[in-house]
Amino acid sequence: MSVEIRSAPHIKADSGVVKIMRNVVWSLLPICAFYIWQYGISALASLVVVTAACLAAEEFFLRLGRQSGDLGDWSATITGILLALTLPAGFPLWMGAVAGFVAIGLGKAIFGGIGHNLFNPALVGRGFVQAAFPTAIATYTPSFMPGRFSEFIPSSLALPFMTPADTTAWAASHLDGVSSATPLARWKFEGVLASNWDLLTSLSGHLAVGPSPLLILACGAYLAWRGYLDWRIPAAVLGSAALLAAALYPLNPQHFPEPGFVLFSGGLMLGAVYMATDMVTSPVTPRGMWVYGALIGALTVIIRYSGGLPEGVMYAILIGNAATPMIERVTQPPAFGTAPTKETKA
Amino acid sequence: MKLFTFLRGEAFARGIHPPEHKGTAGMPITRVPFAPRLIVPLSQNVGRPAKPIVKVGQEVLRGQPLAQADGFVSVPHHAPVSGVVEAIRLNPTSGGLWTESVIIRALPGSPQSVEWEEPQDLDNVDDSGLIAAVQRTGIVGLGGGVFPTHAKLRVPKEFPVDTLVVNGCECEPYLTSDHRIMVERAKDIMKGIAMSRRLLKNPRAIIGVEDNKPDAVEALRAALPPGGEITVESVPTKYPQGAGEMLIKTLLNREVPPDARSYSVGAYVQNVATLAYMGALAPRGRGFIERVITVAGNAVARPGNYLVPMGTPLRFLLDYVGAPEAGVEVIFGGPMMGQAVACLDAPITKGVSGILVFRARDLEAPSTKKSFPCIKCGKCVESCPMGLNPSTLGMLAAKRQYDTMADHYRLGACFECGTCSYVCPANIPLVQQFRVAKQVLRGKPEKAA
Repeated sequence: MSVEIRSAPHIKADSGVVKIMRNVVWSLLPICAFYIWQYGISALASLVVVTAACLAAEEFFLRLGRQSGDLGDWSATITGILLALTLPAGFPLWMGAVAGFVAIGLGKAIFGGIGHNLFNPALVGRGFVQAAFPTAIATYTPSFMPGRFSEFIPSSLALPFMTPADTTAWAASHLDGVSSATPLARWKFEGVLASNWDLLTSLSGHLAVGPSPLLILACGAYLAWRGYLDWRIPAAVLGSAALLAAALYPLNPQHFPEPGFVLFSGGLMLGAVYMATDMVTSPVTPRGMWVYGALIGALTVIIRYSGGLPEGVMYAILIGNAATPMIERVTQPPAFGTAPTKETKA
Repeated sequence: MKLFTFLRGEAFARGIHPPEHKGTAGMPITRVPFAPRLIVPLSQNVGRPAKPIVKVGQEVLRGQPLAQADGFVSVPHHAPVSGVVEAIRLNPTSGGLWTESVIIRALPGSPQSVEWEEPQDLDNVDDSGLIAAVQRTGIVGLGGGVFPTHAKLRVPKEFPVDTLVVNGCECEPYLTSDHRIMVERAKDIMKGIAMSRRLLKNPRAIIGVEDNKPDAVEALRAALPPGGEITVESVPTKYPQGAGEMLIKTLLNREVPPDARSYSVGAYVQNVATLAYMGALAPRGRGFIERVITVAGNAVARPGNYLVPMGTPLRFLLDYVGAPEAGVEVIFGGPMMGQAVACLDAPITKGVSGILVFRARDLEAPSTKKSFPCIKCGKCVESCPMGLNPSTLGMLAAKRQYDTMADHYRLGACFECGTCSYVCPANIPLVQQFRVAKQVLRGKPEKAA
């Protein structure tokens, strides 16, 4: 005969790490479906291979021991999907697998597993392949190519350590007059701006872009509504990027794009909604979230405008991650009882 | 009402909305029969234990003092039943500690009416006489604070109190005893308020009731004396609205500074049940020998609001309400802040406002679930009513950096409401870590933290 003895509280909110992660995966599925519709079997293969590599790496490091978490917590799945979405659709699959393994190994496992990492694992993986395979990661192909559901983008199937096939010639042979350069690269190097509406929807023009920013916003809004994502961070990232772009635009309208282009091009939307909001690597304090998001948005614009590469979201978020402990330290919530007293009611 | 709360600018910041489970709210107070043997511990409250004034073998009448107060911060205890003092010996309490207790064997033939009272003319005594009359009832803070009520009524002169905040929130899930007292004993509450106001130099009084108890608001409004010095306010239902600081914030928009008492912002908080018993007992010179207790939880066959004699053995009560005694967790208090009972041989004492019995297999306490490392989701920071950062505090606690917790993250401000543990998706036992940290720091003489 015995009674249970537990410490208070004796009840618990219906929540959980696994539930949060699983919902993030659910919310990513429409984005993945759209991406596959854009790029066909190459995108599907990329998503599968990169995610599988992440899961394999997670399992490998879990077996090595002393890691927290397990495959069932879905966190490695999120890393895999997000990483695949940041790579070009025709990125050689073997390089994608390397990216996935590095993402988990260097981005997460060496810190001790889930909850302990300093940087967003997906971006660590992407950062690695950006340095290791600079040509492949800059090689985009136009979306909605004819025959995309029956034919791989030739670079996808490159053998390890071989030079991937030339996709520009491949694209030109399939479709006249399309550019394989991303809208950001065309702005940066050719001074050509894509229409905001095309960028926002990703639906027309065979643009070499990722999933629709509009769709990403919608899926992010769902997560925020369910309470699995803090709306402050995307609001701060997008807000600060737009404000800075709007402030710079009048200084040099020939060179600087208008804010809409800045928001809807490249990986900013995916970064703001899904990467910067990674709970582990972003501040816990509400005020810190604003600071962190604003820093990322501003850095993105600065890197895009003045850097050698057209895109800067990845570096902006990684720098934001690095600054997180410091931001948290200076943005602790105000203590109850220290606010100036003001009577509202007699 | 909703419009009013909106105009007032919402309740205190943050907080949570756990499922209410107040199924006993509509159940009138019913009496529990007397157990064959009742156990009255001499130490049931903050302050010094009482000194026994009866002898083994002596017959006592229901309501007769068994033990007298030992100093000012101490209260007497009275016989909850007419019977014979069988022993004065050590007996286990709910926490597992053994304390000296008076054991009374009830006389089976007695009608058990209260046969011991000394009616007082409280209108014609001075303040210290009134305080002494309150002390003689043996009442302590019934909301769970168990601080002697008469001692709390002596507010230092340098702190003028402009508002008596009457706490009728009962924000803990499951508990409905205060609710029933407000519905059924509003007149007693008004008497208690009148006595408190007199001692506090006639401040206005605001009764704050969570808006999930409209019948209590109605009953209290119907019992209000003319004059308008006492008002009833419906406040948003949100945990922990019933914490004194939070209710003061909601009603008056004043924040009690850290390490300060509520009278430093001109407010004095008293629980409705305490006032009701004070109003009912002090003028008649009766002792506090029974109280209303909510008994609920999924293992209880007959939940309800019971009038339980003090000293009733827990096993007797569990048997009466049809709750099993094995494979369950028994909690004194609410599910958020209540304490698990370590020993079923413990008696019911003055501080018990509720008894919850849950089947062990249904328990969902954080400690029963798989724990993850903190994923820094920030839910605890968003919910902590005191504006603390439980996430960082938890990580520091895991590293045993207790001094940093107190010096840089205001550990001392935590009043252990349990909100952080409740919301934590990683199932980290945050509030338990903080309790341990505070205990360790209290053990360090050189730290005044």
